[in-house]
Parts: sequence; structure tokens; C-alpha cells
Amino acid sequence: MKAKTTETTPKKAETKKQESVLTELQTKRERKVVLMQGNEAVAYGALDAGVNFFAGYPITPSTEIAEILALELPKRGGVFIQMEDEIASICAITGASLAGAKALTATSGPGFSLMQEGIGFAKITETPCVVVNVQRMGPSTGMPTSPAQGDIMQSKWGSHGDSPAIVLYPDSVKESYELTIRAVNLSEKYRTCVILLLDEVLGHMREAVRLPDMANVRVISRIKPTVPPHWYKHYDENQKYLSPLASYGEGYRFHVTGLTHDVHGFPTNKATEAAEMMERLRKKISYNIRDLVQIESHKMEDAKIAIFAAGIVSRAAKAAIAMARQEGILVGLLRPLTIWPFPDDAVRKMLRNVETVIVPELNQGQLIHEIQRLTKDKSESNVISLQRVNGQLLSPNDILRKIKEVS
Amino acid sequence: MATIPQRIIHEYLRHDKKFPHVWCSGCSIGIVLGAIIRAIASMNIDRDDIVMVSGIGCSSRMPVYVDFNTLHSLHGRSIAYATGVKLYKPHLKVIVVTGDGDCTAIGGNHLIHAARRNIDLSVILINNFIYGMTGGQCSPTTPQEAIATTAPYGNIEPEFNICELAMGAGASHVARTTAFHTQEVQGMVKDAINHPGFSLVEVISACPVIYGRLNKKGGAPQMMKDMRDNSIPLTAVDKLPPEKVEGKIIRGTLRRDIRPEFCAEYAKLVERVKTAEGKNEEL
Ligand SMILES: Cc1ncc(C[n+]2csc(CCOP(=O)(O)OP(=O)(O)O)c2C)c(N)n1
Repeated sequence: MKAKTTETTPKKAETKKQESVLTELQTKRERKVVLMQGNEAVAYGALDAGVNFFAGYPITPSTEIAEILALELPKRGGVFIQMEDEIASICAITGASLAGAKALTATSGPGFSLMQEGIGFAKITETPCVVVNVQRMGPSTGMPTSPAQGDIMQSKWGSHGDSPAIVLYPDSVKESYELTIRAVNLSEKYRTCVILLLDEVLGHMREAVRLPDMANVRVISRIKPTVPPHWYKHYDENQKYLSPLASYGEGYRFHVTGLTHDVHGFPTNKATEAAEMMERLRKKISYNIRDLVQIESHKMEDAKIAIFAAGIVSRAAKAAIAMARQEGILVGLLRPLTIWPFPDDAVRKMLRNVETVIVPELNQGQLIHEIQRLTKDKSESNVISLQRVNGQLLSPNDILRKIKEVS
Repeated sequence: MATIPQRIIHEYLRHDKKFPHVWCSGCSIGIVLGAIIRAIASMNIDRDDIVMVSGIGCSSRMPVYVDFNTLHSLHGRSIAYATGVKLYKPHLKVIVVTGDGDCTAIGGNHLIHAARRNIDLSVILINNFIYGMTGGQCSPTTPQEAIATTAPYGNIEPEFNICELAMGAGASHVARTTAFHTQEVQGMVKDAINHPGFSLVEVISACPVIYGRLNKKGGAPQMMKDMRDNSIPLTAVDKLPPEKVEGKIIRGTLRRDIRPEFCAEYAKLVERVKTAEGKNEEL
């Protein structure tokens, strides 16, 4: 709105100051370069992905996502509701999704912990939804406005029982937008709760971005059943483990339960049916790993040392790599955009070609476990951890120092 | 005569699915389910437009058996799930079936906030004064001095008056009866579904196998008789001397207010915002 009217009616634009930059972008065909926060990019990505239901509870550093959606969703006829807590929020988005919504919530560590039971429910019931976790330093209330990458393992293992996770991890404002869309798309396609992890810094940092025209945004929606209602199986089996999903109110009258269930969705205690359900949950991720895993390889062609880093840390790593290469040290970066399922193949390949891997992370060592799991044939000294948990970022110099130490 | 309601019930059950049911003999939950089904049948609502949501507990098992859109969710969270369903598709009739523990202990927060919002959910709360499914632990409605497996020396905590709790939080339709009074249950469920706002129907129920046994209540028939004898209709309260009212279960519609309903208010907000947007576009 603003951009459209600045030339002619600047006063009008001023009075609408509280409007987000997104409004103007969304309504305009052609999108300009604007300064945007990671959190704004997430909100905007959600809207572009077709999210029409948001339920959430305020928590730093994620609140801007809720605030923007509170402003934007009603304009589009979507639903925004501030629930009484995070537990209610995950439940509400799951209920809405079963009624046909594209639903998303956003939170941070403490709220993410509260949501874990509900995340498990969305996974076992194969209900699409997205949880954005803008990580802050913990444990507990920790340092609400300081960055940390402490929820990497929680995003995979936080919910009780066995359930594979899809977790995406951007490293820029632009990518926050892109991966939000991807998270919504994957949740719809794979009928599961997808988690988007963001670093606090990224949530609040502003970068100049030009978002793509809507025509260039690929939006995926759940497959709808085509069979008559009495043929419908809520958990239909097929080769790719991707099954159609009816919504409440469309005449299919299905049952949904968090209990172990058969293909119709009814509770079962039969070992065979239980195994079948668990296998489907596992296989729909493992069989589609190529579609799910995204990884960036940076200057790895001739690298003798590799850095494995996700999110904001990988940016410091890139700067460190540039400095190291000036001094003739052959170092590259492998950055997972999908951290779960873990990019085993890419990491194995990397390990074949390098002597040393440095894993810098803003926690007491989480991602490094995955690298160590894949380095059985290497001695432990080949996998070097660089950790920081004092609320501050790892700088390029911190990483450069480590590179020099090991080179 | 008896064949007609029977036929209705079968029509609404998923008879080819998961029977026999999980409830103990003498349990009141089936009676309440029957009343809910008869209420719905009498209203001619399209079954596709009904969503029955529950949490976890014996009473929360109801959705498995009925041929509606059904959602057996997490312990305590039925109202939160129902809120999402209703808010996204407000034309659906969303009925929440829940237990005293499910709704007022772990789910207490959602109950009060849904009541405050006045979102159009019909909550049928089956109060058997105990945690049935987990084997007889204390609930927020376990009477003082009653025995529970986690109150083996007698419960020392005061109990919730569920209807007062809901009214205090702003529920616009609140009613109470017992599983003995099936016709009343049926009528109250119907009223609740018809009510445009948050409604709560508390149905006092017999759990003879757990609560009854722990507290020597004399078995299912005796517990039924007690519900008959220890309850009085709201309409009679004023006519009776206070000592006859003391300690009795008061049955009746305790509140029926019409006030702005949440989904409708949200729709208005959307309209308002869209209109404002439209105007700006023209400038
Ligand atoms: C988070 C969580 N905590 C505890 C339980 C165990 N649990 C299952 S049912 C139940 C209580 C049920 O009591 P109530 O809601 O009164 O229903 P009833 O079984 O008596 O009908 C509990 C504590 C659970 N399933 N989930």
C-alpha cells in the first residue's frame, strides 16, 4: 500500500506507519527490494505458502511473526487467534488443519517444549502443520534475546515415542522466507508437523531482500481424496507413503486419534497393525529422503578441512573460509538446510574427501554427534567441536582461529 | 416403542468398527452417549456437519463409536483442538465430550478461556468424581473425604463446582443433570447445540466399578437411585427449605445468556478490515 501511494499521498502513508512492509509487497505485483527481518520473512513466507490459520502465544524472540500475521491474516479472510498458551496453540492449529486449514504457529524454546506432546499428536495422526521455533538461549527462561542453537536435538527428539522429524534451518532472511514456504509445502505433502528452526539473530536481523513474485512461488497443498466417502481410508497406503487427506465437513467422517491406529484411523492393539503404522511414519520420511534433504556445499571441491555448520553460524564460517583461503588453507563448508532427516549421504561423501571436520555450534555439542556417528572409521581427533553458549555469536575470527589450529 | 430409539442409536454408531466398547458394566457413559445421539437425531443435523472432539479418559472414548467427524485428542486438550476446528469452519457443530479430570484439571485453562471467548462449542462434561481410565485417582471434583487411590486416607482438597467455574469464566449456557435423568440430558444437549455461544452441560455420572467400589456406594443400581434421590430440579430450589437443598445436586439450566459469539465476532472483524482495505485501495 505504502509504495503505491507514496508519490501521490505521502500523508496517508505516514498515518499507516504500523503497517508492515509486507502489506505493500503482498498487494503489489512486482516486489521491490526491502529491508526485512527474519521474523517478517517467516510471516510473509507463511502467507505466500497459503497459511490461513495461525494460533500462538507471545514469546521473545518470535513475537513479530504473530504480530504481523495478526495484521495480515484478517485482510485475507484468514484466522489469527492468540491462545491461552502454547499447548493450546499447537492443538488449535492441528484442529484447524483437520478442518482443512493450512496452519502454522510460532514460538521459542520454552513454548516449543510445551508443544512437544501436541507435535507428537500431529505426527502420529499425520496432520499437516508447521511450528516455527525461533531459538533463544536456555535452558529454561535462559537469555530471551540471545542466540543459541540449543533446540537442535529437541526438534528431533522432543516428543515422546519414536517419530521421525522434518526440520529446516535457514541462514538468511531470504532463506527464512523460502524455507517457511518449503516447511508448509512439506507438511502438506508429507502430512506431518514440520519444524522450522531459526536463530534469534536471524529472527531480528534485517537484510535487504527481494521476494519473488507470487507467480514464481511454488505452493503445494495436500492431496484430496477422490474416492467416495465409504471407500476413504484416512491412512491410505501407496508407494510413496503419501496419502490423501479429507477435511472435516466434506462428507468423509473419519476418526482421528493419538492412539496407535489402523489404516482407517481406529485404535488398535494388534502387533501387526501397530508395526504397520510405525513403519508408515518412518518410511514416508526415509523413502523420500532425496526430496526432503537440502544441503549447501561451499568451496568443498578441493577442501582438506570441512566446516559443518547450520543457521547463523554458517555465515561466520563462510567469512572465516574466505580469510583462511587467502592464507592458502583449503577449507570449505557443508551447510544443511534440512537438519532432520540428517543428510547422511552428503556428510559421508564429505568425510571421504577431507581430513578434518570442524563443527562450530551455539550449544554444548549437538550437531557434532551426528558427524561422529558417521565417522566410525576416523579417529576422534578428526572431528573438532567449537562450542559457544554465552549468549554470543561465534565470530569469523573465532572460527578462523580454529581452522588455523587444525590446519 | 423401545425399538425406535434403538434403531436411531445403531444408525449413528460405527457398528462395523471397534466394538465391544471399553466401558465397564454399570458405567453411565453409554447412557450419556445414547442421549447425545438421540438429541442430535431429533435435530436433523447433517452428520457431516458434526465434529465430536474429546480428550483422554473413559468419557473421551465416545468419538470412536459414533459416525461423525471425530477427534480423540490429547488429555485435557479437547477444547483447544475444538477451538481450531470451529474457528476454521464455523458452520460445523462442534461437540466436546470430556471428563471431570480432562476438562477441569489438566484442561482447566482451556475451559475457562473458551468460556471467556464465548466460542460456540458444546461441551458435554461427564463428571464421575474420579479418574476412571487411570484407575481411580483424585480429580478436582472428588468430594472432600472421599477415597481415591491417590487419596487413600480420604481426600482433603475442596472440590470444584464445575458449573460455577464455567459461569465465573463467562460461559453463556450452563446446565447440569445426572445420567439417571436421560431425558434431561437429551434436552440439555439439544439446548447446548442450539445455543450460539459456549455451552457446558455437566452430567453427573456413576462409575460403580472404581469410584463406587472405593467409596462403598453399593453398585450401579444403587448409584443410579442415589442420583435420582440426591438431586433436585432448579425450579424446586426456591420452594424447599434450605436444609432440603443442602448437599443436593441441583439439576437444570443454570444460565442461558445470549452474548457475542467469538467466531461471529471474528467474521465481523474480517469484514471490517477488508472493507477498510478496499477503501484504501481506491485512494
Ligand atoms: C498428559 C497426560 N497426563 C496424564 C495422562 C493419563 N490419564 C489418562 S486419562 C486420565 C484421567 C481421566 O479422568 P477423567 O478426565 O475424569 O475421565 P474419566 O476416565 O473418569 O472418564 C489421566 C490422568 C495422559 N493420558 N496424558
